[in-house]
Amino acid sequence: MEPVNTYRSGPDEQGHFGMFGGRYVAETLMPLILELEEAWHAARKDPEFQAELEHWAKHYIGRPSPLYYAQRLTEHLGGAKVYFKRDELNHTGAHKINNTVGQILLAKRMGKTRIIAETGAGQHGVATATVCAKVGLPCVVYMGETDIARQAPNVFRMKLLGAEVVPVVSGSRTLKDAMNEALRDWVTNVESTFYIIGTAAGPHPYPELVREFQSIIGRETREQMMEAEGRLPDALVACIGGGSNAIGLFHPFLDDPEVAIYGVEAAGHGIESGQHAASIAGGRPGVLHGNRTYLLQDDDGQITEAHSISAGLDYPGIGPEHAWLADSGRVTYVSATDKEALEAFQLCTRMEGIIPALEPAHALAYVTKLAPTMAADKTIVMNMCGRGDKDVFTVAEALGVTL
Amino acid sequence: MSETRIDRRFAKLKQEGRAGLVAYVMAGDPDIETFYDYFRGLPGAGVDVIELGMCFTDPMADGPNVQVAGQRALKAGMTLRKTLELVRRFRKEDDDTPIVLMGYYNPIYSYGNEAFLADAREAGLDGLIIVDLPPEEDSELCEPTIKAGLNWIRLATPTTDAKRMPAVLANTSGFIYYVSITGITGSAAADPDAVGKAVARLREKTDLPVAVGFGIRTPEQAAAIARVADAAVVGSAFCQTVADSLDDQGKAKPDCVTNVLALARALGDGVRGARA
Repeated sequence: MEPVNTYRSGPDEQGHFGMFGGRYVAETLMPLILELEEAWHAARKDPEFQAELEHWAKHYIGRPSPLYYAQRLTEHLGGAKVYFKRDELNHTGAHKINNTVGQILLAKRMGKTRIIAETGAGQHGVATATVCAKVGLPCVVYMGETDIARQAPNVFRMKLLGAEVVPVVSGSRTLKDAMNEALRDWVTNVESTFYIIGTAAGPHPYPELVREFQSIIGRETREQMMEAEGRLPDALVACIGGGSNAIGLFHPFLDDPEVAIYGVEAAGHGIESGQHAASIAGGRPGVLHGNRTYLLQDDDGQITEAHSISAGLDYPGIGPEHAWLADSGRVTYVSATDKEALEAFQLCTRMEGIIPALEPAHALAYVTKLAPTMAADKTIVMNMCGRGDKDVFTVAEALGVTL
Repeated sequence: MSETRIDRRFAKLKQEGRAGLVAYVMAGDPDIETFYDYFRGLPGAGVDVIELGMCFTDPMADGPNVQVAGQRALKAGMTLRKTLELVRRFRKEDDDTPIVLMGYYNPIYSYGNEAFLADAREAGLDGLIIVDLPPEEDSELCEPTIKAGLNWIRLATPTTDAKRMPAVLANTSGFIYYVSITGITGSAAADPDAVGKAVARLREKTDLPVAVGFGIRTPEQAAAIARVADAAVVGSAFCQTVADSLDDQGKAKPDCVTNVLALARALGDGVRGARA
């Protein structure tokens, strides 16, 4: 690839990040996508919209989230200072709410009266149901039957919040199928419905607008690091499913070459086992869910099933901007297995008194490898993008404990 | 672009003063040989144009009937390469009936656009309907397809407004496929009056034949559409008929082929009698 002057200018007008991204949707949806793009561009320039967003961020989500120095973990690892960006302390327990607040405000602005969403682990479903309850809009969440079985507490939370949770029984019955079903709903209810996509993927302008709503993570981190250390971090680490928490942390730092950036994919039982969710390490470019990106697929271009112990990373694709950042070399993509994530999950819980979600436990697994290779005067910021309460049943089962 | 089988077929229909029947069938459903048996029988049963469904794991615009048909085909080992093989085989028996490949982009992208177009042309395929390639992505496959001499057939929908229509019609050839409802395949039937008005609006902008699909299942519905459009497209009903002709193990029962062709005949009669 040609060297670029900036890594922060994408996407282009057609929604492309290099060869990735785009708008690969059915004609029925095209006018809606264009309408959304127009509304989004107007909103982002509107000081009133920005003010409302800031108000919600402060008083409803609880931002800014702290930047926390993990002292015992740092001493244990014996290398770079490890900081956590504590987005697990947000209302609803993950970074997902940053995006759903932004999109619900956009939906209201567009006069939409019904909200749909897809969810894997249920965190995005909960975050969507939450904002729908707050504004009083009906909410339908599509969730694969397999995920419903392994994320029962979140299913109940969504129902308590007044959402209708529709089990998806097509295909592999996980996140990708939930997304198919949400798209089918949208194509049917085009006039009334706003589709709140949960990650920085899908047709343009979703990857861009989700990134913008999540970039508050990176913007706060910049300020907080300047305050704590008087300089930018030496490394950033975040887990990648679709990649919204990661792009949110990374984006404000992309043009700071002194900051090394690592995205951690879920390697499941190991990349070589074929049972993983690492689209960059084990996939190739393809077109799905409205964008071109790295996908897990067979020789015929059929999408294959992802595997990860973390339902939130269990998706056979990745946001298109990550695909582009991987090809451009600006971000280094690595992976962590189920086993490594479980070990990091326990380490963090015991060392810091923070139960991480299984998703950031993947990021932490890489931090445990990276920190010891760096000098003690270097710093790492890891995005603690979700809390692990939802995962205690999964972890108990993996550790052979009967509750 | 030189005249294609699709152009010739619609010219012939016009001459006969009737609308055509377009049948959508899922290639390889429920298994490759059973499929081929009904596929080759469709023209004789009254089908004028065949839309060959290309199976995909994630058919975002399709309803349950087409989804499970695609899953059956995948289970039977269907691939894009084998689908082209079926076209090649068909062409040895029938050099007139147009075949349009319909599906999603990724299997073609994975095959390699250039290699695919060369093989598709050689196999005797006439056109493409790729659901997830809107005009905004025309440089991707649409323009190379036209260069290869195949028809690029686009979907127009109730949400395609006057502002957007020129973009949808540009680069469309063979016929335009009007999706009669906002929704997925196999949904509720469209109101023929509303369809008639939409077709009239389309005809103000284009001389292309207009085929109407989504939500047409019965000979009566097909006849109603045939009165206002140049062709009626039926898909989910064919997939449903295959599903109804399977045993407990999901294997084709002996009457699978005759059931599919009986549906084609009934629909063909409906379309042919519509303007009488």
